[in-house]
Formats: sequence, structure tokens, C-alpha cells
Amino acid sequence: MGIETLLSQVFNGLSLSSVLLLVGLGLSITFGIMGVINFAHGEFLMVGAYVVYVLQTLFSKLYGHGASGVSFLISIPLSFFVAAFLGFLLEKVLIRFLYGRPYEGILATWGCSLIFQQMARNIFGANNVDVASPKWLAGGVEVMPGLQLPYNRLFILALTTICVMGIYFYLYRTAQGRRMRAVMQNRDMSACLGIRTRKVDTYTFALGSGLAGVAGSAVSLLGSIGPSTGQNYIIDAFMVVVLGGTGRLAGTIAGALVMGVLNPVFELISTSSMGKVILFILVILFLQGKPQGLFSLKTRALD
Amino acid sequence: MDTKTDKSAIFKLKWFALVMLLLALAPFFLSDFRLNLFGKFLTFAIVALGIDLIWGYAGILSLGHGLFFGLGGYCMGAYLKLQAEELPDFMGWSGLAELPWFWKPFHHSWFVLPMTILIPILFALLIGFPTFRARIKGVYFSILTQALALIFVTLFIGQQPYTGGTNGITNLQHIFGFSLAEPATMRGLYVITVLMLGMAYLLCHWLTHTQLGKVLVAIRDGENRLRFLGYNPTLFKVLVFAISAGLAGLAGALFVPQVGIISPSMMGILPSVEMAIWVAVGGRTTLKGAVIGAILVNAAKSYFSENFPELWLYFLGVLFISFVLLFPQGIMGFLQKGRFEWATIILRWREKRFAKSSSPNGLPHKCH
Repeated sequence: MGIETLLSQVFNGLSLSSVLLLVGLGLSITFGIMGVINFAHGEFLMVGAYVVYVLQTLFSKLYGHGASGVSFLISIPLSFFVAAFLGFLLEKVLIRFLYGRPYEGILATWGCSLIFQQMARNIFGANNVDVASPKWLAGGVEVMPGLQLPYNRLFILALTTICVMGIYFYLYRTAQGRRMRAVMQNRDMSACLGIRTRKVDTYTFALGSGLAGVAGSAVSLLGSIGPSTGQNYIIDAFMVVVLGGTGRLAGTIAGALVMGVLNPVFELISTSSMGKVILFILVILFLQGKPQGLFSLKTRALD
Repeated sequence: MDTKTDKSAIFKLKWFALVMLLLALAPFFLSDFRLNLFGKFLTFAIVALGIDLIWGYAGILSLGHGLFFGLGGYCMGAYLKLQAEELPDFMGWSGLAELPWFWKPFHHSWFVLPMTILIPILFALLIGFPTFRARIKGVYFSILTQALALIFVTLFIGQQPYTGGTNGITNLQHIFGFSLAEPATMRGLYVITVLMLGMAYLLCHWLTHTQLGKVLVAIRDGENRLRFLGYNPTLFKVLVFAISAGLAGLAGALFVPQVGIISPSMMGILPSVEMAIWVAVGGRTTLKGAVIGAILVNAAKSYFSENFPELWLYFLGVLFISFVLLFPQGIMGFLQKGRFEWATIILRWREKRFAKSSSPNGLPHKCH
């Protein structure tokens, strides 16, 4: 095993980290603010991926096959808005009845996830579909002999960086973001100070769902997509939240980096199934020292 | 204990004996196919009892019980496989010439039968102790157990030479020299399942009526207060997790001979979460509810998969959502609440009637 293999594995891990980060951000924000872990979050990723697929099929019908590059660029924001809209609806219809009831939240959102998956199966068929990567993302940069960094993975990294910067700006530099953080820290006090917490909840949930949608458009670059695409990422994304802690951007970023990079590295060292076992054991051991995760909001509350 | 509670306990156990008798008589009025199916549901009911113990009473939602069910099932599967073949077929296909050492003890029933329960318990201790010690609770624990189930599925699929991979251990045909295809064997297994369910029920009933049961409820309702009172919740949580894992392992071991196969798909995330919904449908914190929920949901599942296989997942999804939103206490809670409401309605009606009939001018009641 050469250093190139390890490096390329680390690099592949970084793009996995990016996807996990986008998915985990939404999970962590909604859990931090509403105490609901959304088990249907992976399905928003799936929706995002299918948006890319639908738009591409539509464009190639209308303008021929050359249009996939343009359609992909358009589909990224579209994925965000479609997933965010669905998240908005879900919050209005279901999630708002589940605040502060985490276990009930798990079961109900899990039920949603089953329904979404079955709907995808009925609409798009049970088989995976392929999304053609745009031509301008074919190939890669050769950094050293035997180590090529594919453009599509670099693109995912860039996309995630932009999204995280956007979220940072939103959370820490806008009035709405400030309200969101206030509700996260103390819901009752925020309500007393005139923040409409219900509205903040809805927007937060929609934002988190939209991020998962963007992650979905990124995932469509990595391979074929299907009704269970969301399920492939969601457990790792949960682990990101557990590892990183809730309510802090830095925690989610660190958690996603660890989970994303160590996963393929351990798989390289041992077999693919043993790699996951090792990582899980390490996470449990790590939580012995820091049960709240890498970063967490400092609080005097007991729980 | 005063006499009153004693009486009610005996009364409850009378019902229990009646239900057990009915279950034991089922072979006389169910076809062999239905009986086999029902036997399967009863093994699920055992899992549900375990989940009710940890979730309903101690307030800890484990989403990894499929793993314990699967471990028990794999132990049994390995034993049944070795009864039929010196070297399991999948080992031959993967190029193993000799039985691996950790498979060798599975030749002996005296080893396997306790192991179907002890191995899940061991794993529950290994996972439960560090997580509960670090005070990981609530959703975090659920996520970790779910990840655990996923990891074991990946592991079992990946280690094909030792576990049979995706297909699992298949083609199990004999148990203790009896053919599994024989209806008489099926009936025997069914009766054993009924007995085991009864014992599991009595165990859980006893546990929840002891001091331990009170501590479990205290963990659910106010863990910190319990800690302040000098208890160490960690040990109790580990204990209840282990007991519930043992019950799931027992259920897995009873399940495998009735179905003739054990595969990773039976221990994954979806079956694990489904197990939780059985309890939620039946009603948490009532052991009866867990049993009823497991049987009803699985009956619905087999009805749907026989008639409308497409719709099953929709139905399951709606079941998850509707029970959480509309009947958070499950069927049992609904019935109890309903009974209470009926009682008050009848009381009010009788009061009104009484007031009318005893009205001062003594007019007769209008209604005949």
C-alpha cells in the first residue's frame, strides 16, 4: 500500500465528509433547536438527488444531451428549495406536534421516511437511476503520479465550503440567525423577548432540509441514486451529530471530518466491514471521555 | 403487601392462565400454515416484552434489538446447520476446508441453548456498560444502538465464510432429529414458544412488581432525583438492557426453527425499529400491550404482504405516525382511557335519571 492509496482514500473521505457535513448540519440544528431528531432527514437528501435526475432528464429531452452541465448547475439551488419546501410542509404537518418528545419524534419521522422511500419507489421505480456527471467535471487534477483528484469530488468540497460559509454568515451575521441561536439557547426567554419561536422553528427545519437537498445533489455526482440513497448516509450523519455534539457549527464540522475521513481509511487498513466496527468502538470509547461530543453548548442544566 | 393487592394479582394471573390455555389450544383450531405464522408472532411478542421492559418502564429506547434477536437466531441457526451438515454449505463455497474453532461448540445442544440467551446478554453488557456509564441517554443512545445494528449487519454480510453472508444460514431442516417440515414438529415448537412466552411474561410481571420495577420507573421519570437519592442508575440500566437483550435472543432462537432461515435482513435497522413500533402500538408500560401490539402489527403485516404487498410500507409509515400523534399510550392506553370515559358517561346518565325519577312531584319517567 503506497502513500498515494492512503492519500486518495483520505481525499475520497473528504468528499464523504462534505456530504455528511451537509446532512449533519441540518440534523444538528433541528435537534438543537427543537429536540427532534429527524429520521426522515436522509429522504430529503434522496429528494435532492432525484431533483437533479428529473431536471437532467427534462433538459436532455428539451435541449439534447449536451445540456447536462447547465441542468446540474440549476438543479443545485432547485434541490435546496424543493427539499426546503418539503421540510417546511413536514414541519407544519407533523414535526411541530413532536417538540420535546424525542422518542415519539424518532418513530413518527421514521414512519415518514418509510412513506417517502415507498413513494420514490412508486414514482421512479425500485432500481437505482444514473445521473450523468456534467462534462466539465470529468477528469481531475493529477497532484502526483498515481494520485488524481477528480474534479467532481473537488466540486463537492467547494460546494460544501460555500454552504458552510453561508450558514455561518446566516447564523452569526444576520438578525434571523441570531434569533435562531437565541431560541436554541433558551426558548422560553427568547419567546419572552418577543421572538416568534414557532416561526423560527419552521424556518430552521426548512433550512436544515434544504441543506440535505444540496447534499443530495452532491451525492448524485458520486454514483447512481435510488430510493434508499438517503439510508446509506443517514446513520453516519447521526454519528456525526453524536460525535460532534449539537448546537455548535464547529462540532458538526469536526464530527463530519472524523467520520468521513476515518471511515475509508479504516476500511483500507482492514476490511470494509471491520473498518466500520473499529470506528464504532472508537466513537464509544471517545464518548467515555466526552459524552457531550466534541463541542457542545456550555450549560448549567443537569441534562 | 396487603390482601387487596394480593387478590388483584391472583385475579390477573387467572386471566393470564386463561389466555395461556387458549394459546396452547390454538393447534386445534388453526391450520398448520396459520399456526406456524402465529408461532412466529408469539416469538415477536417475547421481543416486545423485552422492549417494553426497557422502553416502557425504564424509558430507554433501544433501536438495536434486532441485533440481539439476530444473535440468538444465529446461535440456533448454527446449531441446526451443524446437525445437518459437517461443514455448512456456505463455508465450502467460500473455500473453507475446516470448521472454524468458534463454530465447533455449536455442535452441542447443552452449549447452544444457554448461549442463545447469554451471547445477546454479553453483547448488551459490553455496549450498555460504557454507554450508560458515560450517561449517554435519550436519542443519543437510540442512535448508537441503531448504528450498532447496522454495523453488525455489515459485519455479518462481510464475513461470508463464517456467517453465510447476505443469505445467512439457510436450509435448516432438522431439530433434535425431528424434521422441521413435519406439522407435528411445528406444533411442538409452537407449544414450546407459548410456554416460553408465558415464562417471559411472568418474569417481566414479577420484575415490574418488585423494587426493581419501581427503580426502573424512577429512572424513566426522574433519573437525576434517583441519583440524588443515592441510587446508581447505571447498573439498573445495564441490567434491564441485558435482560431485554436476553429475551430478544430467546425469541430469535425460537424464531429460527419455525422459519428455517436466519439472515442479516432480520437483524437490521428496519426490523429493529419495527420492534419498537409493536410496543408503541400495543401500549407502553403495560406488558399485555406489548404482546398484543406484536401480534396485531405482525398480523397486519402478513395480511398486507399477502394481499397488497405494495401498500405495506405505507401502512407501516402511517401506523408509526398515527400512533405517536393520536394514541401515544397505544391500544391498551386507549382501552383503559376509553373504559374510564364510558364509566363516567354511564355514571352521569344514571345520576340524571336518578334525579328525574326522584323529582318531588313524583311524575313517572317519560321513557319506557
